[in-house]
Amino acid sequence: MEVKLRDPNVIMKLSRLGSFHQSKLSFLRSFLEEFKDWEYKRDLFDLDENGFGNAIYSFKKKERVYSLICFANKISDDERSDRVIATKWDAAFTLYDGVPSSADIERLKNEVPKQEVGRLSYKELTLSRANKSLRVFNHVVESLSNGKQPDLNLLNKVGYLYRTTAVYGSGKFGLADRFRIKNREEINGPFRLEMMLVYLVRQFTFDQVNHIAKLKNPKLAIKLDPKICKSLGIGNSTGLGMAPFIVNHPTLLNNWILCREKVLKKIREIKKVENDKIDLFKKSLRNSIKNITSWNTENKYQLKKINSLLSNVKKTINFLENKFNFSTEYPFNEIYLWLEQETCDECIEYIVSIMMEPFDEIVKPLVSEMSSEEEKYFSIPTHRTIKDLINIIEKRYPDILKINFNKKENIKNFWFISKNKEEPRYSDRFEEQGSALEQPLAIARDIKKLYEELIVSKNSLTIDKFLFKYSNLRHVVRRAFIIEKFPYAEIQDNTIAEDVVPIDMLRLKLSFFGALKFDPRSDKWLRICMFQGAPLPEELNNYDQQWVYNS
Amino acid sequence: MRSLSEIETTSKRASKAAGYSWGISEEVGKGVRLLELFGLAGVKNLNEYFKSKSKKQFENLNLINEDNQSNKNPYCPIIFGISFLDQVKTLEKFYKIKLNNIAYPLLVLPFLSRSSEIIGKKIYYKFDENEFLLNFNVKIFSKIFSGKYPISANNVEIIFLENKDNFSEEDWKSLYKLSEETFVEESDSLKKGAAGAGLTDND
Repeated sequence: MEVKLRDPNVIMKLSRLGSFHQSKLSFLRSFLEEFKDWEYKRDLFDLDENGFGNAIYSFKKKERVYSLICFANKISDDERSDRVIATKWDAAFTLYDGVPSSADIERLKNEVPKQEVGRLSYKELTLSRANKSLRVFNHVVESLSNGKQPDLNLLNKVGYLYRTTAVYGSGKFGLADRFRIKNREEINGPFRLEMMLVYLVRQFTFDQVNHIAKLKNPKLAIKLDPKICKSLGIGNSTGLGMAPFIVNHPTLLNNWILCREKVLKKIREIKKVENDKIDLFKKSLRNSIKNITSWNTENKYQLKKINSLLSNVKKTINFLENKFNFSTEYPFNEIYLWLEQETCDECIEYIVSIMMEPFDEIVKPLVSEMSSEEEKYFSIPTHRTIKDLINIIEKRYPDILKINFNKKENIKNFWFISKNKEEPRYSDRFEEQGSALEQPLAIARDIKKLYEELIVSKNSLTIDKFLFKYSNLRHVVRRAFIIEKFPYAEIQDNTIAEDVVPIDMLRLKLSFFGALKFDPRSDKWLRICMFQGAPLPEELNNYDQQWVYNS
Repeated sequence: MRSLSEIETTSKRASKAAGYSWGISEEVGKGVRLLELFGLAGVKNLNEYFKSKSKKQFENLNLINEDNQSNKNPYCPIIFGISFLDQVKTLEKFYKIKLNNIAYPLLVLPFLSRSSEIIGKKIYYKFDENEFLLNFNVKIFSKIFSGKYPISANNVEIIFLENKDNFSEEDWKSLYKLSEETFVEESDSLKKGAAGAGLTDND
């Protein structure tokens, strides 16, 4: 039986993309899998009694070494801010390509804590900073220094000791360009080194609390229980900076979604599923309930989604335990069709992720297909005709063409780059200034505009001639030819509409990172947790693959 | 040192600010990145061109012919480059394209380089005394890497080089003969067991 890939016009709607969850394809999980047999070391740990100073952690295999350099600094409480406009942080980090010399460390000591206004070199691969969750951090230090483990209720509510507020890579602020590292065997998936940085930062946070507690009370202090360490991740505050990325990298977005869709298709096409795989799926699903019930947020939009998810997942478990016969042919196809009929988008995508758990043989080969050689698809095939382009747009953007962009509510917002931090922002076109400097992120509107010009042009005209007159539409002509080859390259929604929820775009990207517990703080930024429940570095060579659900 | 990613992004934004569309600005960003990757003065030339653009008039050459003469204002290298890239499949039927007056000719180079990849032919580019060989967007060969390029050029030639051997038949035969010394003579019994042996091909 052949199952068709799901329709991009359904899957690429923002409400659906904003319901995606982490899976075995997620970058933090594929990072752990790739680096599980690398040698982990803490090379330097030079902190004072308050936890300020430098530390270095590394992963090594044969001749290749990646070193995380940490700079922990003193800042006053009123300087601590998660906003991108902040200029000081509790700690700043860079991932160095190789073993840093003392001259490198001195150079980086002056640059890394400055973050966006510092200058990095091609030897540095990623850059980040993080702030303490003060209430948790102080409580943990206090407890450990008094010989007690911290209050688990408090820890569970927050889930981390530090949260990052940005992780940069790919040439930002002088960091190494991606072309320098992309052919390395271990870099066979997106954001691998960003994931490494966050993972090593997590270990630094544990070492730092242990160190401060020990120096505070050398006789009584104990270490944070490794089981508690495992239950903590790294938080992250994410704003709109992330949203344009998925619009600006269409072939990459396609490859992420296409891999997910291919995995689902292959799983649905399995005629007979072995019992151990069925058991693993059911166990992961049952255990995952804890992830939903421990998902804390005060955001009404998200709370509604969580409640709906919980009741739908329970309904699914009941169906699978009491009504479904796994010996039926193509069981996962039957389950998927049932989900489509009986549950919500959030639940469908949640269970699609869990379906992947037993199928390493399907998932693993696809991980290396999630990157993209974007340059290859940049040139416009200008010898093609107007008719060709009309056909592509009608086929690939059916719902976009139905939108009336003469209505105010459909062009309500615009995307721009802020002058003070050079970060993407989103604003009301009719109330704020600056729409003349709009970024080219209103793809739906511009595609419709292109279509309207195409249908009054001569069908046989070639694109090079069309572009003489319509140079202003060149960016969407390029996109239309890209989407012809990459059906999941485009968000099938209007990203400037009044009712758009920008955090859906963030949620999509973060789910591929492997983030858990999305906690929207408005419609424009959210907090998440990464690596919560993940194995500690010493456990990497033999860890539970389903840690996300079993921790 | 600025990364290529920073160079591309900044060039793209600056081009938009200089009045080009986003689509063209994306092409300029990629072009300047390519120049800098090859150690050519992309940022400097783009910056100088944009400065002069605010004071002087430049001609947009949208439809390229075999011989292009601008008697009044110099051609804009960006619009010429984009037009060349877009029309290269039509233009390759000409052996040679000539121009008489183009500003900042170095900025045309990345468009020609990408064009070379599109048509699968090497392109020779000459402005005044500066010569370049563009090799399928993989390499750019030039004798001059002085970092100083003219702000305009009067004698510009672009030649499409046919795909042909770069060596004589005699050189090839000689080399091939030497390579044969790595081959082993097959015995009759081995020949009988090779693929297709012993079967009729008319089955």
